[in-house]
Amino acid sequence: MLKVHPTPPAATPSRRAFLGGAAATGAVLIGFHLDAGKAVRAAAGPDLSTLPAQPNAFVRIAADDTVTVMIKHLDMGQGNATGLATILADELDADWAQVRTAFAPADATLYANLLMGPVQGTGGSTAIANSWFQLRKAGAAARAMLVAAAAARWKVPASEITVASGVVAHAASNRQARFGELAEAAASQPVPQEPRLKDPSQWRLIGTKVARLDSAAKTDGSAVYALDIRRPGQVTAVVAHAPRFGGVVAAVDDKAARAVPGVIDVVRIPTGVAVIAKDTWSAIRGRDALVLTWDDAGAETRSSDAILASYREMARRPGLVASERGDPEAAIKGSAKVLEAEFTFPYLAHAAMEPLNATIERASDGGYDVYAGCQLHSVEQAVIAGTLGVTTDKVRLHTQWAGGSFGRRATPGADYLAEAAAILRATGAKAPVHLVWTREDDMAGGFYRPTVLHTLKAGLDAKGAITGWTHTMVGKSILIGSPFETMMVKNGVDATTVEGASDTPYALPAFRFTVHNAREGVPVLWWRSVGHTHTAQVMEVFIDELAQAAGADPLAFRLGLLSSAPRLSGVLKLAAEKAGWGSPAAKGSGLGIAGHESFGSYVAMVADITAEDAKVKVNRIVAAVDVGIAVNPDVIRAQVEGAVGFALSSVLRNRITLKDGVVQERNFDAYEPTRMSEMPLVEVHIMPSTAAPTGIGEPGVPVLAPSISNAIFAATGQRLRSLPLDLSGMKGV
Amino acid sequence: MLTLTVNGVAHQIDADPQTPLLWVLRDHLDKTGTKYGCGIAQCGACTVHLDGQPVRACQTKVGDVGTAAVTTIEGVSGRVAEAVRTAWRGLDVVQCGYCQSGQIMSAIGLLSSTPKPTDADIDGAMDGNVCRCGTYQRIRAAIHDAARTLA
Repeated sequence: MLKVHPTPPAATPSRRAFLGGAAATGAVLIGFHLDAGKAVRAAAGPDLSTLPAQPNAFVRIAADDTVTVMIKHLDMGQGNATGLATILADELDADWAQVRTAFAPADATLYANLLMGPVQGTGGSTAIANSWFQLRKAGAAARAMLVAAAAARWKVPASEITVASGVVAHAASNRQARFGELAEAAASQPVPQEPRLKDPSQWRLIGTKVARLDSAAKTDGSAVYALDIRRPGQVTAVVAHAPRFGGVVAAVDDKAARAVPGVIDVVRIPTGVAVIAKDTWSAIRGRDALVLTWDDAGAETRSSDAILASYREMARRPGLVASERGDPEAAIKGSAKVLEAEFTFPYLAHAAMEPLNATIERASDGGYDVYAGCQLHSVEQAVIAGTLGVTTDKVRLHTQWAGGSFGRRATPGADYLAEAAAILRATGAKAPVHLVWTREDDMAGGFYRPTVLHTLKAGLDAKGAITGWTHTMVGKSILIGSPFETMMVKNGVDATTVEGASDTPYALPAFRFTVHNAREGVPVLWWRSVGHTHTAQVMEVFIDELAQAAGADPLAFRLGLLSSAPRLSGVLKLAAEKAGWGSPAAKGSGLGIAGHESFGSYVAMVADITAEDAKVKVNRIVAAVDVGIAVNPDVIRAQVEGAVGFALSSVLRNRITLKDGVVQERNFDAYEPTRMSEMPLVEVHIMPSTAAPTGIGEPGVPVLAPSISNAIFAATGQRLRSLPLDLSGMKGV
Repeated sequence: MLTLTVNGVAHQIDADPQTPLLWVLRDHLDKTGTKYGCGIAQCGACTVHLDGQPVRACQTKVGDVGTAAVTTIEGVSGRVAEAVRTAWRGLDVVQCGYCQSGQIMSAIGLLSSTPKPTDADIDGAMDGNVCRCGTYQRIRAAIHDAARTLA
């Protein structure tokens, strides 16, 4: 167990981000603070330690002794259900074997993400960070209520009662009771608003390896994902979407589709034509038989090459200034050496293993029940209600285990849920509708990581110190054009697009970061680690280039620029030490290093690769992470291992390309995820810390690409910048 | 009507013989532990056993199954299956878990024919099973753990 000390509550007064604006339906006003990552690390972020204890919202103790922790977030694999339960169970002094989880309903008054404003949702690696005090307080309050109930029953002072592993005891009178025996009496005790939280030396679960609570159900087929929902009388719908983004249906001939056995109905909806059938296969075959004509007048018809070429044009013009200090042009002009570089990044699909889907039905009480991998509950509830023309209180969300998301399920317009609701409405809500997106629908359905161009120029003086740095970025903003534009975009700059570069921790004496917002018709979205997916590659590869040009060791060069970033320096040093940084590499092999902060967490990686002609083998990744207090060290390790496996294929090959507006990669054959034989050995070292915990769902992703790129340079002397890495011209040594 | 034996139970199925076994299992028999991932045998999420051999249910037509015994994640049992599940749980392999039914069915297939697999054997048997969460390191370790248990 980690030895840690309590973090004093932030001294800054509470400042919650209540921001007004219209949701996708235009009918519902909600506040939303999407830049939760910034809030995690900002001193001006909300003081979460002062909120009142809410045990009734977060814990249920049953007579059978089970303790059920209500999970307000979506667990899409990152293990937050286990992590959140750990926090509460520790303060409660529950036995881990009695702990269960249940996904909370949509109710922003109880279950808002405290770093997102009054909105329930999961993103920005905030699940643990925003819940830390909330769940400790809830657990401590519930424990105090159990103690008070026991004190009343046994007529002894509460101060003499102890609690351990799910048992409440009074030693002097030799009495004890299980939680289940006290639950009912405890429920009628007053809720202490400021329960005493444990000193970290008293933690029994936090910081230890506890078994994941979802392992059993996910290894015997019993875990229920949204695609597994089977409601009585449900029908299955698949939708024919326009082949080009922005296209609309011009004409439908559904005669053949209706003749397919099992097909029940064909309906037009705003997003296309839905085929309703008694099962999935019949619906797919019915859709195959549709004869459709599309109107592409308002559609994006360019190819991705043309879109990127337009970015290069934009980059030559002055952009919006996101960050500026000194006079970088003048500083570069007088430099001993000047380096220039261009980095490009493709569209990326999230490609979660469970394709998008949802089941929706009208209940006998006039309400609507929705079963899905809900990720932005408040938004989704509002969008569904708007689509159905009812108030939000009529929409009940039933969150299921999600088969991945990587950001895709958190769509500001709740696209696929709106589609499910539209089908229910179009079919008169006669039967529950189970909407299934095939893999092809999911991959070609847009909401990609944006394609991005970065151009950079920097100077070094005769001693090898950076003089100035100019940086231009072109890409489509995730938030501009979304319902959140007015709230989340300042002076035209979308923080989720430029994060990790415009706010670089490197001490650059003169710096300007300008951005151009492209406006193509391809829908874009956050993709596991959002802007950091490209900014970390750009910053960490270009810094490496500067180090090389300065004749400096890449690690020492970084550390020299990070004197005001001790936690980032710390993980760089730890990863380097564990990886044997500085020891000579075998011929054809090389080590590359990269470090980056995202969402308040710090990750460094050293990649060990072997280069062969036009091929690279990633042998080993040594990672060091600083996430503050490590609530579940094994889950943290798993997230970093997984981030490597997830991101590796985007480093080596994945890209979504458009030809005349049509997505070319539609399944795993053309967009191939990392496979077993490619998986490097991943070693994860966790920095001991007393800081409040931050997230790890995303922060492992950004540094993989630059660590590999820099290792390829070390092995071959060839500098590969753009992703996916173009290995075609690479020569092994 | 087709007769299909799943997890030891015979079922009468009213489906076109061309229907993929995957959709018969999921939509006709509610055996939802077998997952749909790609529909083109590129991800292995739908892996089941036909007479003990791993196959991709999305590319197996129900009409071609005949009298072969279909085993799904819900029904797989025995010494190897037990060792695999125990190893998976011991190492907390799962993340989102969606691919893990298929991973486990492939791993049981591997260990049934190759009780002491090398890393190369694991690559060969498991490369067709995609895990987007990237749990491969633990899958590999769990297969080795299960092999030790079975030795």
